Amino acid sequence: MRSELTRFPFVKSLLKNRWPQFLVWFVMLAGFLFAILSGFFGTPVGNRNFGIVFVWIAWWAVLILVAVPFFGRGWCSVCPIPLPGEWLQRGAILNPPGKKPHWLNLRWPNKLRNIWMQNMTFTLVALFSSVILTIPKVTSIVLAAMFFLAIGMSIVFERRAFCRYICPVGGFIGLYAQAAPVELRVKDKQICLGCKDKPCYNGSEAGYGCPWDVFPGGLTKNTYCGLCMECLRTCPYDNIAIHIRPFAADLEKPSGRMDEAFKAFIMLGAAMIYAGVLLGPWGKLKLAAYSVGSLSWFGYAAVFLAFIFGLLPVLFLGAVSIGKVLTKSSLTLKKAFPAFATSLVPLGLMFWVAFSLSFVLTNATYIFSSLSDPLGWGWNLFGTADLTWQPYFSALLLPLQTLVLVGGLLWTARTAQKVGVKVNISAVPVILFTTIATLMMLGLLL
Amino acid sequence: MALSKQQWIFIFFVVLAGAVITVAPLPVYAATPTQRTFRVEASQFAYSPAILKVNPGDTVTIELVSKDVVHGLYVDEYGTSVTADPGQTARLTFTASKPGSFRFRCNVTCGAMHPFMIGKIQVGSNTWLWRASGLTVLAALAILIFQNLIPKTRGT
Repeated sequence: MRSELTRFPFVKSLLKNRWPQFLVWFVMLAGFLFAILSGFFGTPVGNRNFGIVFVWIAWWAVLILVAVPFFGRGWCSVCPIPLPGEWLQRGAILNPPGKKPHWLNLRWPNKLRNIWMQNMTFTLVALFSSVILTIPKVTSIVLAAMFFLAIGMSIVFERRAFCRYICPVGGFIGLYAQAAPVELRVKDKQICLGCKDKPCYNGSEAGYGCPWDVFPGGLTKNTYCGLCMECLRTCPYDNIAIHIRPFAADLEKPSGRMDEAFKAFIMLGAAMIYAGVLLGPWGKLKLAAYSVGSLSWFGYAAVFLAFIFGLLPVLFLGAVSIGKVLTKSSLTLKKAFPAFATSLVPLGLMFWVAFSLSFVLTNATYIFSSLSDPLGWGWNLFGTADLTWQPYFSALLLPLQTLVLVGGLLWTARTAQKVGVKVNISAVPVILFTTIATLMMLGLLL
Repeated sequence: MALSKQQWIFIFFVVLAGAVITVAPLPVYAATPTQRTFRVEASQFAYSPAILKVNPGDTVTIELVSKDVVHGLYVDEYGTSVTADPGQTARLTFTASKPGSFRFRCNVTCGAMHPFMIGKIQVGSNTWLWRASGLTVLAALAILIFQNLIPKTRGT
């Protein structure tokens, strides 16, 4: 049940033309650079600084509440971070591609062709998040580090190695993009098999080879397609389509990869820890998370890591094992574990939505005040600088969060059942695991 | 996949049960409203005590004492607030007319972690949490039973 969006000439020309994407990129890049500068030169008060407010409240709200659930990797298609590096790599901004590769153009090492590095970078950011989220200069340092690392990697490696293997945000966007109702796929795989030059992967006069190092003819899930639209431009057979599809269509095919399974645990666990530490009433926890380098912070970091990489996966493994025993399945745990971890994707996404609803609706006032006075220098550009802080829609928050979490559980339990049928293992223990996790999240948020 | 008549009936009853869990009146623990006074100390970035429990109808007075910088205390959904200067005590009095669990939070920028300076006031029992937990268990049971209403197909 899919509907092709690119069958509409207007949509197709909008996506094929480089200018609309470039204009969005331009605005995003300007905003991104301003966010970095505002951290260094603006007020050190986080909730008055454009960098903090627009990155961690406005952008985060758009990303987690709209972009990822509905457009998957839609954000990656307009993300400004890889742009200067990519322009350097190509030696062009909008011009048709040159024949010779620029700079070193090395292949990314085979052993690192997975998302373990992204798991590590996200965990690292998450461990320091209380400081990153609240101190403008630290946010700027992190953003600048990502920016320059992306440039450096574009000079050394081919394509978008940073986006594909390092970006801490790209990893979880890819995971949750599987749940989105949008996909880029080929129309007819036979045409791809007969295509000799594979311009979608190698590039042509019409456009660049896939920056995400993906051969579109082999795409079966959204995880690694950055929706950059290059293949739409290069395919000589008009064989690339953007579809609207049912939510979570990719989850019908359980993952067999341990790196993706652990990404699901990292995201699920981090959402629960954030809900407790950042939104809970426990001041000592907040202080421990904030006091980077102190003994209490090391304790916090140890609990954080033990919960995400130890307790959650071990309990989940126990649940999968019980399911295996119940059905007397001969499938190895090594295969069953990542397959069932696929079912955690909807739950993790909904945990983040529930967490973000609370965080964003409570702090949205700062967006308006920061718009008028982005650097905290006493400006009042739109007359909203002195807007009195107040939470928005607080009466709706609990019902909304409940709806999201219970909906997430239903979605994830149904996905687990489908995985269970595929691998012939009972999903009941996994559903029990997800139910307990949901009850815990409710307890933390409500 | 089209749903069978049996499945539709099942979904109808699950939705009905969900509606009952959501809106059914719960037994109320009736306590005579009293005057409750709490001394709450505020320091970067925590309240102490951070969790207050009162009964519906109580008249609540919070004596907010700031131990370091200027702090505020805003009670979600009640929309009432107070600000305390360092070393000073400020008083906030309100009637706990709405039952449930509500966050109170600092509404005066007080430092880096200000947006996360949060406490909790529980008026009566946290009924919404109980209802949400009930819905969660219902959802899990429903999906388990629903699976048995689907004709068996062989796994791949």
